[in-house]
Amino acid sequence: MAIALELKPKDYRSDIEPTWCPGCGDFSVTSAICSAYTKLKLDPYQIATVSGIGCSSRLPLWLKTFGFHSCHGRAVPVAAGIKMAKPDTTVVVTIGDGDAFSIGGGHNAHVARRNMDLTLIVMDNNIYALTKNQVSPTSRLGMKGSTTPYGTLDEPMNTIRLMLAYGATFVAQTYAGSPRHSGEVIEQAILHKGFSFVNILSPCPTYNQDETFEYYKGRTENIQEVYGHTNLEDKAKAFELSEKVMNHRTDPNAKIPVGIFYKKVQETFEQKVADLKKRHNGNDNFNVASLFEDYRP
Amino acid sequence: MATDIIMRIAGEGGEGVISSGDFLMQAATRAGMEVVTFKTFPSEIKGGYALSQVRISDNKIYSQGDTFDILVAFNGEAYAINKKELTPGKIMVYDFPGGDFEPEEHKDVHMYPVPMSKIAKFELQAPIVKNMVALGAVSEIFKVPMESLIQSITDKFIRKGQAVVDKNLEAIEAGARYVRENIKKTDTRVFPSPAPQKDVIIVEGSEAVALGGMVAGCRFFSCYPITPATTIANYMSSMILKANGFVYQAEDEIASIANCLGASFAGVKTMTSTSGPGLDLMSELLGLGSMAELPVVIVNVQRGGPSTGMPTKHDQADLLSTAYNSHGDTPKIILAASNVEENFYLTIDAFNLAERYQMPVFLLSDASLAIRTEAIPVPDISKIKIENRVTYAGKKDEQEKFLRYANTKSGISPMGIPGTHGASYAATGLEHAEDSGPRTNQETRNMMTEKRWRKLENIEEEYRGVEVDEQQGAEVGIIAWGLTASITKEAIQRLRNKGYKVSALYPKMVYPVPVKSIEKFASKVKTVIIPEANYQGQFAQLVKAKTDNVNPVKLNIYRGEPFIPKEIEEFTEKYLQKTA
Repeated sequence: MAIALELKPKDYRSDIEPTWCPGCGDFSVTSAICSAYTKLKLDPYQIATVSGIGCSSRLPLWLKTFGFHSCHGRAVPVAAGIKMAKPDTTVVVTIGDGDAFSIGGGHNAHVARRNMDLTLIVMDNNIYALTKNQVSPTSRLGMKGSTTPYGTLDEPMNTIRLMLAYGATFVAQTYAGSPRHSGEVIEQAILHKGFSFVNILSPCPTYNQDETFEYYKGRTENIQEVYGHTNLEDKAKAFELSEKVMNHRTDPNAKIPVGIFYKKVQETFEQKVADLKKRHNGNDNFNVASLFEDYRP
Repeated sequence: MATDIIMRIAGEGGEGVISSGDFLMQAATRAGMEVVTFKTFPSEIKGGYALSQVRISDNKIYSQGDTFDILVAFNGEAYAINKKELTPGKIMVYDFPGGDFEPEEHKDVHMYPVPMSKIAKFELQAPIVKNMVALGAVSEIFKVPMESLIQSITDKFIRKGQAVVDKNLEAIEAGARYVRENIKKTDTRVFPSPAPQKDVIIVEGSEAVALGGMVAGCRFFSCYPITPATTIANYMSSMILKANGFVYQAEDEIASIANCLGASFAGVKTMTSTSGPGLDLMSELLGLGSMAELPVVIVNVQRGGPSTGMPTKHDQADLLSTAYNSHGDTPKIILAASNVEENFYLTIDAFNLAERYQMPVFLLSDASLAIRTEAIPVPDISKIKIENRVTYAGKKDEQEKFLRYANTKSGISPMGIPGTHGASYAATGLEHAEDSGPRTNQETRNMMTEKRWRKLENIEEEYRGVEVDEQQGAEVGIIAWGLTASITKEAIQRLRNKGYKVSALYPKMVYPVPVKSIEKFASKVKTVIIPEANYQGQFAQLVKAKTDNVNPVKLNIYRGEPFIPKEIEEFTEKYLQKTA
């Protein structure tokens, strides 16, 4: 995290204009990310913003940082490769809910349990939008999509609880309609040494007529303020609060918790690898010819 | 008179069959001889039939040979599997009495019964040293240089303590003593006379790949366990930390190739090793590697397919799935090694080509080559050329615009590496313009497709990917790739010794098909034969598709073991007679 010159959020933007629909929550997420980069005074050339495929995964293209718009579901292992190869890079993954929890779901556990120093930002619109309206792993029961015109039979995933169970050392949820809160949470997530997960409720104005800005308005509650959840290392409490994430699906009066559920500083994977290299007298100028000595008869 | 001995040691997995072969190889190499070992393992962890075949000569060895001269049978199964090859003049050393079988009569076969199990169990009180008793007996019968053998055993076991060394040496002596006191040698086979030790290293096929990767500068390796490719990762992990690199075991093959693409994007040389099933999983991301123009090396240690197939068995049937493994027009390069030494040098070539052309480069090895052991000359690092990708040095002034995918004459554009001021761009699998921004208009599409393929336009001139061995006036030419090329070399030698004229071409680069070299080669002969260990004749298909009028005769096996030279020799000979 090299300190750069004083930059403004717009200095992190490329000259490519977003192709999102007007009113998309992801505009606000982009602003929040740029605001976090600005506050942290990050050098854009020391950042890699990595994504998969989907509407939200176009985000790195709008930024001036290094970007990697990879394959559907594979942003997390691509990001892991960048981080392991160049640990001084700030690596931020920006993907959608289908990418993160359906096709790419298998990767999350392994970066989380290793506590790799990555930030995973999921723009959760509860739908596949780029392919025009199919239900996603976070869609509510009964939601109609183009392949489920009768309403989906599937229960949605509680992604907050899931990432806590995987061992993520920073777990948060925020809302695209609160750009300030989003920016602050992202800033905290990037600052966190270790694996951080931020779920952002980011409405799709085109295909999701239910989880709209209108719907979320007044329905979120800040767990730091409402429940005084400030002992962020309390994992039992984090799990307890994570149960509330799903309540609004069945109870029209239930609030949706936002804020930081869990945060614990633990040794990162990068640190362990660095120590390992040190123990083996790792040397950039290692004489490879010396390897042959072990193979003489 | 040249000496050429093939000894097949066979028994149950876990009985020390493989280590016996390794000790013999070590001893022979220390005594200045040429040695190649060929092994087969069962898929099971314990039990199952295992074989180690050691070929020792005072001349260069190309193949494992057609059959054995000496069979060392550790048990009844080993005897049963090999008895049909016990033809007159051959020799069998076997566990008797006290073993689990009694052999039949074999006319004119020299039979040397040695009670290996009994000596180990009752005389030495250590059933585990049965293989050492056998090794002692064999060494006594065939005059293996004992000093070299004792040295090899001492070096191997000294870490476990002098007591372990002593126990093993005691077993060697017990086997040798039994032979001195009880066996009358009736055959005339003996090891070549010791010569000064050559400056060699003994390496396995997969070790050679790992060493090649280290020398080429691979500093990030991601893998997922899969037979028979895992050993490359094992060897890599023991070496790479010393050079500040790291081997990462990913959650699956998709993740391992994604890790490699990420690391390559970040500017580090990277490799993964896998086998057919893993390669299938990697296909989508390998297309991304071609599209985003990222250097990466993928070693495909081929095994018998389709599906799970025969994980420990030899096959050359992944050529087409490697060549055509991603959708769309995906430029890539495939090299194939024919022996252990080439596994080392072609791994380095693969890195150099990946760096130069910024694309995925594959190395095809196979289950048999991966565990084949050779004594190869110690590589001279000072003579090895290492190439690095062209990179963008950074903005000199803020007005300068960096074009990651600049449409250059060669098609090769400088890469921006994270951390470099002004070098940022967004790598993407979408079609993109020179500045990496997504674009789907026809002009851009055509320009960028042609740019990506232009990198390979002159590959045949820029990379010497074939070895040609022509004879003037030859009417038959053999084209052989991978391990089959090594075996073909011996067949060619034998045919020429019989007075035939025959040419050969050995492609190290199998894709893009070296069309010009093959057309030139084919134009000088009447018949081109392509022997391959696959059913379809996969390289023959590629040659037919890509060349003008080269229509090869196919010779295919798919039984799970490599060719023996005799098969290629006899097939070609019939053809020579037919066309004469």
